[in-house]
Amino acid sequence: MGIIKRLRQNFNWIKRLFKKKKARIGIYGPPNAGKTTLANRIVRDWTGDAMGSVSHIPHETRRARRREGVTIECNGSSVTLDIIDTPGLATKIDFHDFMSFGLTEEESKRRAKEATEGVIEAVKWLDDLDGVILVMDATEDPYTQVNVTVIGNMEARKLPLLIAANKIDLPTSSPARIHSAFPQHPLVPISALEGQNIDALYQQIAAHFG
Amino acid sequence: MMKGIQMDLISEDKLDGMTSMEKVRLILDEVRNGKILILEKGLTPNEQTKLIELTMTEIAPDDFSGIEIESYPVKHDNNILGKLFGKNTVKTRLTVIGPADQLKTIKKDRDLISALVSAP
Repeated sequence: MGIIKRLRQNFNWIKRLFKKKKARIGIYGPPNAGKTTLANRIVRDWTGDAMGSVSHIPHETRRARRREGVTIECNGSSVTLDIIDTPGLATKIDFHDFMSFGLTEEESKRRAKEATEGVIEAVKWLDDLDGVILVMDATEDPYTQVNVTVIGNMEARKLPLLIAANKIDLPTSSPARIHSAFPQHPLVPISALEGQNIDALYQQIAAHFG
Repeated sequence: MMKGIQMDLISEDKLDGMTSMEKVRLILDEVRNGKILILEKGLTPNEQTKLIELTMTEIAPDDFSGIEIESYPVKHDNNILGKLFGKNTVKTRLTVIGPADQLKTIKKDRDLISALVSAP
């Protein structure tokens, strides 16, 4: 490993030691895990605004969106975050998948092109973050390559990671399955849509990113 | 002549002798030729993101829709001496990669990857 890279990692560790009160946090995950729903929930709860539109069609978010200065107050402490809602990470994008949601061929091809650019943008953002909230769909298999890649990158950079096991309002959800897959990281089961357990997430955000 | 899908198993030694960019380029070139690759030692997290980035730049309608990649989660070497001297303590593990339209993962957990391979 290069000396500069090692120094940078050590610097990250020192930064965390002094508990700086403003952190740039990326919301990551595969398409349709509920990243924008969660980003909207957080920003709405603490600023009254929203971040972006949501859709059942994958890759609705195709540009990273940044909201600066979101202050979360929890148990007497507060943390100010820059929140970056990133496009869903993927290793494949087939425009035919969008056509099955009723989009025309032209719309589907355009969406696919924009989605590939969005994935690259999400990857680039990894270099400029202080921490990540990894949103996983708790109804799905947690061992996806996207999850493995994001977790591996944060571990290699020695940056804090918080797993939001989303969609616990659905009967087939299993946050325990995610916890057994990645026991080394803190996990909060939530429903970003319904707001279930969202206060517990705020407590963990204040504890890990403050 | 026997027909089938070519599968290349690439050793840890060969991968150790390659730079990150060489690995990513080799993987994409071979996968675009319809091969399934099995890497004895997987890619580092940084190499995985490089591969995702490059894959995205090559996706084209009706030509290439991307890759299927599956690897076991990395292992951590808890050797204190290694950590003190700044050695890489992340151990990557076996990885299977193929064209998204030919390789489909059925099931994956910490120590098992089960996949279906089909003809183009």
